[in-house]
Amino acid sequence: MKPAVLTGEHFMTGDVACAEGALAAGCRFFGGYPITPATEVAEHIAGRLPEVGGTFIQMEDEIAAMASIIGASCAGVKSMTSTSGPGFSLMMENIGLAICTETPCVVVNVQRAGPSTGLPTQGAQGDMMQARWGSHGHYDIIALAPSSPQEIFYLTIEAFNLSETYRLPVLIMTDEMIGHISERVVIPEAKKIKTVSRPGPKGRKDRFKPFEPGANGVAPMAHAGEGYHIHVTGLTHDERGYPVMTVEAQKAMMAQLMGKIQRNLDDIIRTEAYRLEDAEVVIVSYGVSARTSLAAVDEAREQGIKAGLLRLITVWPFPEAQIRNLAKRVKGFVTVEINLGQIHLEVERCAAGKAPSFLVGHPGGTIITPERVVEALKESF
Amino acid sequence: MGIVLDEYVSGGNVGCPGCGAVLGMRHVLKIMGKRTIVVMPACCWGIIAGPFPSTSLRVPLLHVPFETGAACAGGVRQALISQGKEDITVIVWAGDGGTFDIGLQALSCAAERDEDIIFVCYDNEAYMNTGIQRSSATPEAAWTTTTPEGEGRFKKDIFEIVRAHRPSYVASAVVTHATDFQMKFEKAKDKKGFRFIHLLSACPAGWRISSDDSIEVVRLAVESGSFPLMETDEEGEVRLTYYPEKLIPVTEYLGLQGRFKQISGTQLSGIQEFVEKRMRKLGYTEEEGMRRNRVGDERAFK
Repeated sequence: MKPAVLTGEHFMTGDVACAEGALAAGCRFFGGYPITPATEVAEHIAGRLPEVGGTFIQMEDEIAAMASIIGASCAGVKSMTSTSGPGFSLMMENIGLAICTETPCVVVNVQRAGPSTGLPTQGAQGDMMQARWGSHGHYDIIALAPSSPQEIFYLTIEAFNLSETYRLPVLIMTDEMIGHISERVVIPEAKKIKTVSRPGPKGRKDRFKPFEPGANGVAPMAHAGEGYHIHVTGLTHDERGYPVMTVEAQKAMMAQLMGKIQRNLDDIIRTEAYRLEDAEVVIVSYGVSARTSLAAVDEAREQGIKAGLLRLITVWPFPEAQIRNLAKRVKGFVTVEINLGQIHLEVERCAAGKAPSFLVGHPGGTIITPERVVEALKESF
Repeated sequence: MGIVLDEYVSGGNVGCPGCGAVLGMRHVLKIMGKRTIVVMPACCWGIIAGPFPSTSLRVPLLHVPFETGAACAGGVRQALISQGKEDITVIVWAGDGGTFDIGLQALSCAAERDEDIIFVCYDNEAYMNTGIQRSSATPEAAWTTTTPEGEGRFKKDIFEIVRAHRPSYVASAVVTHATDFQMKFEKAKDKKGFRFIHLLSACPAGWRISSDDSIEVVRLAVESGSFPLMETDEEGEVRLTYYPEKLIPVTEYLGLQGRFKQISGTQLSGIQEFVEKRMRKLGYTEEEGMRRNRVGDERAFK
């Protein structure tokens, strides 16, 4: 029997590192369904969860997989699922439920090229807008984009921590390349890993209001089966959780769902800068594309272009303020992503005409080479 | 009744060596003929048909999302009706995932609406296309990557589930028992309304067998009573259509497959007991097996 935290140095794929990160974060339920290129997350955790007292269930489809992790979370266990494009589409209704019911859970999307079945074994970054807006209605979401197996290990822990802190589903938007690449992953000692669990309710059980925000603007969470009277519904509800079909209740609930994210952007948003201090042109990228952009920055500088990289670790909520500030002082932006312009549109929106924004995109199936990025920098500036 | 020479599955497909699903499709289409439309949810065959320009199916193929095989086929049939095209057979060709699991809702509702389609489930007893994960068609004790200790539950009885909808025809078949196979698909073709055929289909990679054992293993499934060949119609009475001369022990069927390597004695005797009980319930006796095989029913194919 192996422990939950496999302290030591390993050589593992991104998918396996993601599963190990989940275990280290305290995930003890996984509802899965096979789909390339995310299957290895489920396969690995199927073997590991029983060793640490957790449960893996292979569900009958992705609708069920997503629904099962919401159920597990409502009953008090940290839970996760993993999928790729077609399965992500099927999960959308339940992701909306988790948003509306403020149910913490983690969803991993190992992206492949779409639309539809697309290129099942080849990577892309084409689901970024679906991650933002895929479920119906208006809402805020958190999505993280790891760039290596080591980072997917840490970001999976981070995803659980954010999910538990702010009570919402957190998406890990990785890609086939990061999912399938094997690299060195260092797992620290268990005591050095910071994990967060949702705060529980205090005080009289009969007075508890399950959706009344606590000190940090997020409601403490009582679980089904702990003696609290809870009513969890995807209908518009008040702080007691009861359905209230009024315009006022909708307004108050939406303010709560959006506010807990919008008030804490500084805590949630993480980016990484590379040679950005004196940069005149800024490459904005994330996931595997941020890796290939690193070499492009160095190469461009050798050729006399003062380039820098802003790597988005948190893609949603989008680092609007950072782009706005950069737009005041730089010549322009180049967004590198394996789609035909998604985050590029966000950069353009936030630059608001202060600096031009260009796309280095690709319809999917392969990485974007550093040479192409350098070429684009030369053409654009 | 003879095997049709026309081929609707060409060479150059990307099936694995010994794939039972390729053989199944080949012979089903020989019976269904040229005027057939195949609707296929996500499954191995979505890949087997091959990349452009070398598609290996010589009939129209609609490759649709995993959960939608029967639903999409219902739409195809309605469109054919509205255009007065009456001589076309619409087949759903789904694996066990697209039938037993994610496809069950669409299957049940199409059966309930009595859509005029033939739903063929080629059952290789796990998600083989994504690399061997269990499905609810995975038999007890079978290893898969998501049941590393062996499947703990028994295989879902899809025949009984579909039969409960009282469709015009439900049957189980295998390619190794060819006259039985041909009789069933011809019968299905001649009938109207919802028809369902459960086709056990060997997968060398997932069953951990040698590719030249994929015929033998399916033959053993039938001869051991593990996969009874049977049929029923809207009346609902189940008939055994093939009587093994003598039930061979299930261990011969399971023992050939690496996926059952970790089977326990208790599991084995439980499976043996279950198989015998089900065969008796279907009216099987060794006397009847001997009697039927004397008249040479399937002997030529053994």
